[in-house]
Amino acid sequence: MSERLPILRIGDILLVSVQFDLEDQMVLNLQEDLANEIVAKSARGVVIDISALEIVDSFVGRMLATVAAISRVLDARTVVVGMRPAVAITLVELGLSLGGVSTALDLEKGLAKLRQPTSSALR
Amino acid sequence: MTAPWTAGEDPQVHPIARSGDLVHIRQAIRTLSQECRLSLVDQTKMITAASELARNTLIYGGGGTVSSGLVSANGKRGVAAVFEDSGPGIADVEQAMTDGWTSGGGLGLGLSGARRLVDDFQLVTAPGEGTTVTIIKWVR
Ligand SMILES: Nc1ncnc2c1ncn2[C@@H]1O[C@H](COP(=O)(O)OP(=O)(O)O)[C@@H](O)[C@H]1O
Ligand SMILES: [Mg+2]
Repeated sequence: MSERLPILRIGDILLVSVQFDLEDQMVLNLQEDLANEIVAKSARGVVIDISALEIVDSFVGRMLATVAAISRVLDARTVVVGMRPAVAITLVELGLSLGGVSTALDLEKGLAKLRQPTSSALR
Repeated sequence: MTAPWTAGEDPQVHPIARSGDLVHIRQAIRTLSQECRLSLVDQTKMITAASELARNTLIYGGGGTVSSGLVSANGKRGVAAVFEDSGPGIADVEQAMTDGWTSGGGLGLGLSGARRLVDDFQLVTAPGEGTTVTIIKWVR
């Protein structure tokens, strides 16, 4: 069971769209694949679209935070786009603030965020 | 402890034996939450709490079961889930319920976070005697 999500490339941006509820191993695979692809493709940014996800628990939340941290170390930036309001409310109550994770409302805004100069774009 | 079900309310029992079971359990809780007409936010909270507890049953409890179904009490309707394992149990419950405390490599938010996400939360455990966690989300 090592199904893997496809990682698309648009210029120097990597894009992953999570379309269905993931098994834990797929979540870990995604984390590893993104780290490898950032280096292999010399990517400058990563966009993870979670608009199809109805829930994000602490396991997926940790993956998002870890990918954001890994990309920073590899001189790239990660933006998580499309988080549903109910998911955001639930994550905060769960206790996961995702402080180090940059977010945008949708794909377009996420890509725009990555085009901004580093200093102002991402915290 | 007393099971949340009353006569005529037959819970479904799902195994928690491998990580793929968590996907099925989230789906089952989603279906119940929709049937019960929980609000979208409350559905999301209930499914998220169930996902955390099912993963604990699998990882720390060595596997077990979850019984889930609709419940009613005092004119209210809700969704209940009971996670059971016969694993090592929890010696220090207060510590385990503390935000950020984990004995493994987790974030330590599963138990404490799940308690915040639901209306009723009951943890019954003892060293060597397994762990049972019951959660209920009531329709507002
Ligand atoms: N079913 C269980 N059986 C035994 N220990 C458990 C069980 N569930 C939780 N625990 C203990 O409580 C701790 C906290 O759990 P949790 O809040 O979900 O955080 P995490 O899963 O990130 O460790 C776990 O690290 C574990 O030591
Ligand atoms: Mg946990």
